[in-house]
Amino acid sequence: MEDRAAGQRVHDFFEVSSGLSPDEALFEAERCLQCKKPKCVNGCPVGIDIPSFIAEIALGNFRKAAEIIKADNMLPAICGRVCPQETQCEGQCVLSGKEKPISIGSLERFIADWERAHGTSVPDSQPPTGRHVAVIGSGPAGLTAAAELSRLGHRVTLFESLHEAGGVLMYGIPEFRLPKEIVRAEVEQVLAMGVEIRLNHLAGRSITVPELMKFDAVFLATGAGLPNFMGIPGEQLNGVYSANEFLTRVNFMHADQFPGYDTPVKRGSRVVVAGGGNVAMDAARVARRLGAKVTLVYRRREEDLPARANEVIHAREEGVEILSCANPIRIVGDTGVTGVECVRMEMCALDETGRPSARPLDGMTFTIDADMFIEAVGQGPNPLLISEIKGIEREKAGNVAVDAEGRTSVPRIFAAGDVATGAATVILAMGTAKEAARSIDRMLKEE
Amino acid sequence: MYRVLKATQLADRVFQMWVFAPHVAHHAKAGQFLIVRVNESGERIPLTISAVDGDAVRIIFMAVGKTTELLSSLRPGDMIRDIAGPLGRPSEIATYGTCVIIGGGVGIASAPIIAKAAKAAGNYVIGIIGARNSGLLILEDEMRACCDELFVATDDGSKGIHGFAADVLKAEMEKRTIDCVWIIGPAIMMKVTSGVTKKSNIKTFVSLNPIMVDGTGMCGSCRVQVAGRTRFACVDGPEFDAHQVDFDLLMQRGRTYQPEEHEALEHYHEHSCSCKGGI
Ligand SMILES: Cc1cc2nc3c(=O)[nH]c(=O)nc-3n(C[C@H](O)[C@H](O)[C@H](O)COP(=O)(O)OP(=O)(O)OC[C@H]3O[C@@H](n4cnc5c(N)ncnc54)[C@H](O)[C@@H]3O)c2cc1C
Ligand SMILES: Cc1cc2nc3c(=O)[nH]c(=O)nc-3n(C[C@H](O)[C@H](O)[C@H](O)COP(=O)(O)OP(=O)(O)OC[C@H]3O[C@@H](n4cnc5c(N)ncnc54)[C@H](O)[C@@H]3O)c2cc1C
Ligand code: FES
Repeated sequence: MEDRAAGQRVHDFFEVSSGLSPDEALFEAERCLQCKKPKCVNGCPVGIDIPSFIAEIALGNFRKAAEIIKADNMLPAICGRVCPQETQCEGQCVLSGKEKPISIGSLERFIADWERAHGTSVPDSQPPTGRHVAVIGSGPAGLTAAAELSRLGHRVTLFESLHEAGGVLMYGIPEFRLPKEIVRAEVEQVLAMGVEIRLNHLAGRSITVPELMKFDAVFLATGAGLPNFMGIPGEQLNGVYSANEFLTRVNFMHADQFPGYDTPVKRGSRVVVAGGGNVAMDAARVARRLGAKVTLVYRRREEDLPARANEVIHAREEGVEILSCANPIRIVGDTGVTGVECVRMEMCALDETGRPSARPLDGMTFTIDADMFIEAVGQGPNPLLISEIKGIEREKAGNVAVDAEGRTSVPRIFAAGDVATGAATVILAMGTAKEAARSIDRMLKEE
Repeated sequence: MYRVLKATQLADRVFQMWVFAPHVAHHAKAGQFLIVRVNESGERIPLTISAVDGDAVRIIFMAVGKTTELLSSLRPGDMIRDIAGPLGRPSEIATYGTCVIIGGGVGIASAPIIAKAAKAAGNYVIGIIGARNSGLLILEDEMRACCDELFVATDDGSKGIHGFAADVLKAEMEKRTIDCVWIIGPAIMMKVTSGVTKKSNIKTFVSLNPIMVDGTGMCGSCRVQVAGRTRFACVDGPEFDAHQVDFDLLMQRGRTYQPEEHEALEHYHEHSCSCKGGI
């Protein structure tokens, strides 16, 4: 498996890495020590039986390996590509210290890609229960819940406000990290289980809360799509984007192919991106591909960057300049952006996450020439639907409060994924969704 | 896919279309809008829901660019790829007393549905519709039918009162007490007209038309400044207290994609020869 050369890939949106060949997969699988008490499984939020699927790969039983993965994870081609394996399964691998940890993510991806190429099968469902569940939102949480509920015999209608299913997988994560054909294929698999989908339906508007309450249960999987703005002067200038807007225009509306596609996006020549997470890295790398010189400004130290390690490496290879310990305080310009004024940040005591809190250093300001500014400074749950549900409890950050089984404070309404956890990861959205779906199943079967 | 049921031309470059969209029609209220994506390569554009009839909604639009031109080429039976809605908050309809509903240009599209709702809530409803010239006036009969009184104004005097809607409003304010005003039209017209009610502090709503993408509150493209705060027009609006809106900013941000809009239209005209709609 090799990454395509950075100089080549900054000019296109094709996938960065080609994935393992069968020989490479066999070789990698044979490195696995098959630990008696595998730590990697503890690192996986959905508890995939990692040693077993790797053992099947080593034997060349790719289809069996796929079955093992899919018993716990319906979206392996996606997770193999976007999970932060270094802090999950691979981070726990006993080989980490000595040699390289097993590339569990690459193996997962290899199996999922192999299965897609060789024909997938629809998992068996239990007999129909006659109960009907509304799932709101078709991101990883909604897709997982829909698949799980459907497998358990319940009828599922999935409501999605956008014109295509997939949530962040479609509109947020760029093509070069997660090809949209793969997301579509995995969505198709969920729909093939008998899930009905209603696109262009904004729950709370196209279907009201009282109408939703006519279903036997309601599953909220509306994500954390509301972008934060920094609240600094100049934010209203033309050429200032939230990362969500910038990425949606390019990934979802194909503005990179304008005017072949109708949606435009500004093509900056010098772009400043604020933030340090996956979202910031994606925005920076997309801006690079649109031809800009890109500086990413992050308020803490480089080692604190919350993005997946691999994305930081890729971003840097592609020529994204990372400026740490600095924070934008003003966007300069008349009607459009001409620069971004930043302040140097001082690192203070470490907080409970092990990262230092950052404080601006008085007077230590400098201005970066720029004609575009993208803010990737976090997202919160979209309050639109939640605020229409009477009596639903929310936490301080705005996310819906749930118990360990995904129950909200309102009977029959469950929630999982980013709307319940706050912006997190694909795999966590799936893990919590599966729990909540099973708890819906228990409720419906006990009645 | 959503079927076009009826399509007619109302005025110079202004078109009316009924489309089959039950999820929108069954829930739409005055002041809300929908988002259309005509085809697979299309842009998502917001249009006001100007009337509802059973499973169908009516949109009225001016062909000003690529998407609206393409839309205007559709005939009954043709399909629109996507329609999402209803979006935005409904108009704040209450029993105010005497209400004035002002529509300017293609903004008149939004006027009847608000006028009807205001009337149904027990208000005395005065309509004012204005356009550059008589050829651009739309929905006069419909407005006459749902308002207690209707004034028509044209900039060039080719029909009705010679002047702006703002002039008519000013004259009526001198004659009687007005409790609430809606103004829907181009940003500059809303800015000027709402200036008239500012001094007397009459409750005034405007419907803002910033550039949108999703229309569901997840991108911030539609952000506007109201009372010094950033608001998302697609979920917090589109109607806001006129006297608190930063119109200059609205107009500035509306020009963001001017070069691209021009390019898109050129591209469309080059490619829309014999093959219908250039799709
Ligand atoms: C740019 C970007 C890059 C990321 N990279 C990674 C990564 O590399 N690895 C990783 O693990 N995680 C990554 N994440 C985080 C991850 O994508 C999210 O944690 C995950 O998608 C959350 O899933 P979800 O199903 O809860 O919500 P979402 O994926 O946000 O899906 C929610 C869906 O609900 C729909 N919706 C919202 N409100 C309504 C309503 N009222 N009615 C109908 N539909 C509604 C939305 O349109 C959306 O489709 C990234 C996030 C972003 C934005
Ligand atoms: C809530 C709302 C309701 C609206 N209702 C109506 C209506 O009932 N009838 C009507 O004719 N127009 C309405 N508009 C304006 C309409 O959306 C634009 O005219 C349309 O998007 C133009 O698209 P185009 O490709 O044909 O033109 P373009 O060449 O792309 O643009 C022409 C003009 O439209 C504006 N515009 C472009 N793209 C968008 C976009 N995605 N969102 C908003 N504005 C854009 C631009 O600022 C420009 O001034 C409404 C706008 C909003 C926000
Ligand atoms: S249009 Fe995207 S937030 Fe309003």
